Amino acid sequence: MNHLLRELGNWIDVRVGYSETLLPMLRHPIPRAADGPMGWWYVFGSASLTFLLIQILTGIGLSLVYVPAANEAYESLVYLDYEHPFGWFLRALHYYAGSGMVVMLLAHMTQVFLHGAYKYPRELTWMVGVVLLLCTLGMFFSGQILRWDPDAYWGLAVAGSMAGRVPVIGPWVVHALLGSEIIGAAALSRFFALHVFVIPGALLTFLVLHLWLVLRCGISAPPAADRPVDPATYEAEYHEELRQGVPFLGDAMLRDLFFSAAAVIVVVAIAAVVGPKGPTGPPDPTLGGANPRPEWPFLWLFALLALSPPAAETFIMLVFPVVVIGILFLVPVVSNRGHRAPSRRPVAVLAVIVIYTTLGALTYLGVTAPWSPEMRAWTSAAIPTDVVERSSPLELQGSLVFQYKNCRNCHALEGVGGRRGPDLTTVGTRLTRDQLIDQVSNGTPGGGNMPAYGKQMSPAEMTVLADFLVSLRPSGQPPAKVWSSSPTTRP
Amino acid sequence: MDHEIIQPPTEQPHPPRRVFFRWLTSAAGAVAAALVSVPFVGYLFQQRKQSVHWVALGKVAEFPFGETRTVAFDNPLRQPWDGVTAHTGVFVRREGPGEGAVDRFLVFAVNCAHLGCPVSWFPQSGLFMCPCHGGVYYANGQRASGPPPRGLFHCEWRVVDGNLEVQAPHYPTLHDTLDQTT
Repeated sequence: MNHLLRELGNWIDVRVGYSETLLPMLRHPIPRAADGPMGWWYVFGSASLTFLLIQILTGIGLSLVYVPAANEAYESLVYLDYEHPFGWFLRALHYYAGSGMVVMLLAHMTQVFLHGAYKYPRELTWMVGVVLLLCTLGMFFSGQILRWDPDAYWGLAVAGSMAGRVPVIGPWVVHALLGSEIIGAAALSRFFALHVFVIPGALLTFLVLHLWLVLRCGISAPPAADRPVDPATYEAEYHEELRQGVPFLGDAMLRDLFFSAAAVIVVVAIAAVVGPKGPTGPPDPTLGGANPRPEWPFLWLFALLALSPPAAETFIMLVFPVVVIGILFLVPVVSNRGHRAPSRRPVAVLAVIVIYTTLGALTYLGVTAPWSPEMRAWTSAAIPTDVVERSSPLELQGSLVFQYKNCRNCHALEGVGGRRGPDLTTVGTRLTRDQLIDQVSNGTPGGGNMPAYGKQMSPAEMTVLADFLVSLRPSGQPPAKVWSSSPTTRP
Repeated sequence: MDHEIIQPPTEQPHPPRRVFFRWLTSAAGAVAAALVSVPFVGYLFQQRKQSVHWVALGKVAEFPFGETRTVAFDNPLRQPWDGVTAHTGVFVRREGPGEGAVDRFLVFAVNCAHLGCPVSWFPQSGLFMCPCHGGVYYANGQRASGPPPRGLFHCEWRVVDGNLEVQAPHYPTLHDTLDQTT
């Protein structure tokens, strides 16, 4: 049997020539230091690849059941979740392995950046890697649309509105995105084609290029503080280093395999415990109650957009992402020589810390989204009893106006309610009665964050509301006063 | 298996026939590429010619003066396979008799002018509020506060035989609104 197999292998090898091409590739030497403890820094790229394989496997599996048509996509997802054997698991795994792929890509990029592995001669490897990151994020966004629920529908609406802001060709871009006058079947089919044909095709093509570049340029050695990169001498030094190298195929691969296996086990466990994500409901735009959130890799951009002044919005939507991608892309052009060791590159280390702190803070804000009103707070969040237990009848009436006029949707009392405007639990200590009436009647000057309620309530309602707001003070604290300094009293 | 690299023949003046054939091949290639790509790009990006559809929203008398109602209908711009996504809502407000004793209506798309999220009508405060970024509009559709750069999108409407009809709305965006005036 063994003999027969070897014969078959030889027969194929004579014609294909893998022993001359593929085997040397797999056995390519890597620097000895990368086979030591430092080798654990090198596992994130192969883990991304492992997750990609899981995505291909589960994606093909899901495509056997999922119906990419607007009138049946939701039903097929519900069927996958509740009826098809292991359908729920494949959906969950597809989501969490995709998330894992993004995490591993970010870890891989961060490692490459911190170790200066993008420097000569690996500049193009980095640039192709940036394209792979974009492809992966594109898969994430298009995948969210295929989960044909209200979030997908309103996600398309937001994407369409953003595209509609493009000067001159805006309406054309919107149509190219949605494929129709309304958000529906054509948009779903477009994103299905993107998710299943276009982006995977690009991703696999660039992945082949990326891996080819890795093989051709070789795995970079762990950085040494006393060995900066000089393009003139690097090739010779690296060649010298590889003389003591170890073949990749063999023990050097063990770390990658072990880490990939551990990562897969973790993701499978998460998928099995947490289960599939959505769909949250049928994508009927007349159902209301929508509050679309982008998937987690985009939450930081969502938060940045929500926190930026309206004048900068269109810039942040349309130009800022291009600038960020451009900067990432051009990293090796800015510096492709010199020190690689993080200890000699404080700015690079600082940049990583600042970037991740910023992304983390923005993502946290994106999760909590304090800028979104609580649309049901006016009926669902009762006035705390300790706020009104010693109120006069007029103040009590004012508290009803406060609820009834939907103030609570944006203003919290004792932390409950919307957080778009300030918490008003102690507003009586901050603003006088006149200031409160002015604020409520006229809103934020220039049409800022608060609408003008002057025409939205009667004088009687305004009076009792002001009474209530002035009474919002901790017991014993006097109401706010204004220091009036009339010019006539001055010497 | 070593392959000898075949050197191109050393500098020789090309016969005119070969030069002509090179040009011809380039031209034929360009024509073939254009013949394939023009229809394909049109297929991807060109908009289908749609006739104007009017949707009946109900008898004029069914809309009380000075009140805002939500009306949902199946958008005739739909495809049969659009499913529930073709369900469309609009806000209808009967403003009262206008010129020539004809009723005047305000018909708004539900989409916020900021990023397209669906606004909700709050009759208690007479405001439309958007759940996404807190855009607020007055009952007449004007922007009250928040990030929207303009008021709500107005739909075209007409009254035929005592019935209020609205022109089937496409998805409105800043540069592609639903009416001519705003």
